[in-house]
Amino acid sequence: MLVVAAGCGGGDDADASGNASGDSGTVSLVAYSTPREAYEELIPMFEGTDAGGGVEFEQSYAASGEQRRAIEEGLPADFFHASLEPDITALVDAGMVAADWNQNEYEGMLTNSVVVFAVRPGNPENIQTWDDLLREGIEVITPNPFTSGGAQWNIMAAYGAQLEQGKTDEEAIAFLKELFLEHVPVQDKSAREALQTFAGGKGDIMLAYENEAIFAQQAGEELEYVVPAETILIENPAAVVNTGESPQAAQAFLDFLYTPEAQAVFASKGYRPVVDGVETEFDSSGPAGLFTIEDVGGWPDVRTRFFDREGSIFLDIENELGVPTE
Amino acid sequence: MLGLSTAYLTLIVLIPIAAVVATSLEGGLSAFWEQVTAPAAVAALKLTFVASLIVVAVNAVTGTLIAWVLVRDDFRGKSAVNAIIDLPFALPTIVAGLTLLAVYGPQSPLGVDIAYSRAAVVVALLFVTLPFVVRAVQPVLAELDQEMEEAAASLGARPFTTFRRIILPNLLPAMFSGAALSFGKAVGEFGSIVLISGNIPFDTEVASVYIFKNIESDEPETAAAVSVVLLVLSFVVLAVADVLERRSRRHDA
Repeated sequence: MLVVAAGCGGGDDADASGNASGDSGTVSLVAYSTPREAYEELIPMFEGTDAGGGVEFEQSYAASGEQRRAIEEGLPADFFHASLEPDITALVDAGMVAADWNQNEYEGMLTNSVVVFAVRPGNPENIQTWDDLLREGIEVITPNPFTSGGAQWNIMAAYGAQLEQGKTDEEAIAFLKELFLEHVPVQDKSAREALQTFAGGKGDIMLAYENEAIFAQQAGEELEYVVPAETILIENPAAVVNTGESPQAAQAFLDFLYTPEAQAVFASKGYRPVVDGVETEFDSSGPAGLFTIEDVGGWPDVRTRFFDREGSIFLDIENELGVPTE
Repeated sequence: MLGLSTAYLTLIVLIPIAAVVATSLEGGLSAFWEQVTAPAAVAALKLTFVASLIVVAVNAVTGTLIAWVLVRDDFRGKSAVNAIIDLPFALPTIVAGLTLLAVYGPQSPLGVDIAYSRAAVVVALLFVTLPFVVRAVQPVLAELDQEMEEAAASLGARPFTTFRRIILPNLLPAMFSGAALSFGKAVGEFGSIVLISGNIPFDTEVASVYIFKNIESDEPETAAAVSVVLLVLSFVVLAVADVLERRSRRHDA
C-alpha cells in the first residue's frame, strides 16, 4: 500500500512539472456574484477538456468592486470576471492585468445582458416605459450607485434612454433627479440585496439585469420583466490576472469560455452570449433602442461625471435629499 | 504579564486604530474637517449616535429586568431562556438583518412593518446589543446578599425603597459597563442595519453605511475620517461610563 501511495504521489509531481502546456495547477477564479451558478457547470466542463485536465479551481464570489479591491490588496487571482470594465482597467493600472487584455474579438467582454424592469406578476401597475417610473406613487427599487456597479448600469440605462428618446442632456439629468428624489424608497448596497428587498414586498418595479431577473425566476421568485424600448447593453469583462500561480491555465480557461458550448451555459443562466450563433431560451434580440456605455460617454467619463464622491451629478442628488422640501 | 498584555494590545488594537487615524489624515487636517462636516456625514453620525443612545437607555432598563427575572424568578424553561440571551451574538449580523426584515418588514406575519425607517435602525440595534447589560448585571445580582434586602424590609422599607436604596446602587456599576459595551457595539454596527434601514442619505443612513459607501467609491480617507469621529465619540462615551461606574462603586462602599 505504501509503495502504491508513494507511486501515486510521484506520478502527480511528474505530471505537474512535466506537462508541456503548463495547463495544470490551481486557478484562483475571482468573480462578481451573479455568474456563480454558471461557473458551477462550466468548471467541471472545462476540467473534462484536454486543456482543463488536471486544473483545479479556487473560487471567490462577491461584489465586483470588492473583488477588485481585494486583488489590489493582494488576493491571489488568476482570472477575474467583473461586472463592469473600470474594475479591470484599475487592475491594468496596477500592473496586475496585461494592457492588451481587451485585444480580442470580443473586446474583453465575456457576458452581456441588458437593464430591464422587473415587475410584480401580471404587471399590475402596467409599467412599460421609463416615463411610467415617474408616475405618482410608483416605487422603484435600485441599489445605491456608489456601492453597486449594477446600480451604475441602471442609472446609465435611465439616462441614455432619455437621450435615445431625443431629450437633452439636461432633461435626462432632471429625469434621474426626479427618479431618485421622489421614487426610490430604499438604497440597498448591492443588486442581490435590492432583489431581496423587492422579493420582500417593497416597491412596484426593480431596475435589474435581464440575467438577474431570469435567475430570480429560475430560483422561484414571482416576478416578470419588461424590456423597455430603450435600454443599455450591459457588458461584463473578464481577464487573466498575474497575481496567482496559474495564469496559463487561466488563459486556457478564458479561451474555453468563448466556445459556443461554454457561452450556451451562460445563456442558460440568462446572460446574452457574446459569441454569435448561441441559442437562448429567452428573446435576446433588441430592443430597437439598445445603446452601449460608449454611447453615453464611456466609463472613464461616466465615472467622473456621475459617480465621483468628490463632486458629481449623483453626489448632488444625494445632497439634495438633505434639503428639506416641504 | 504586563509586557505581554501591552504587546498583544498593541498588535491587535493600537496599530490597526493608528492606521485608521493615519489614513484619515492623509489629505491633511482641512481635508479631514471637510470630510467629517459634509452634510451627509453629519446626518449619518447624528442618526447613529441618537439611535445608539436610545438603545443604551432601553437596554439598561430591559437588560436589568431580564437579568432580574433570570436570577430571582423560577419558572419552567428558565435555562432555555438563559441560553437564548446570547443568540444575537452567535447569529451573523447579516442574518439578523434578514430575519428582522422578514418579521418586521413589508410581509410581516405579525402585521408590523417598520422596515426602511429610523425605528428599524433602533430595533436592529436592540437585537444585536441585547446580551450586554443582561450578562453584566446577572452575576452581580446573583452574588447580591439577599439578607440586606430582608433587613431593609424588616426595618419597614417598602419594596421600591429597598430597590432604590439597596439593590440599584449595587447594580449600577454593572449596568454602566453593560450599557457602555452596547453603545460601542451599536455605533459600529453594520450587518444587521444595512438591509432593514433602507440607507436613505439624511434619513436612515447610519455612519457605518456611509463609511462603507465611501470605501466602495474609493474614498478611503473619507471613510477613515468618519470612522475616527466614531472612535473619538465612542471613546468619550466609554470614558464617561467608566467614571460613572467608579462613582457608583464609591457610593456603594
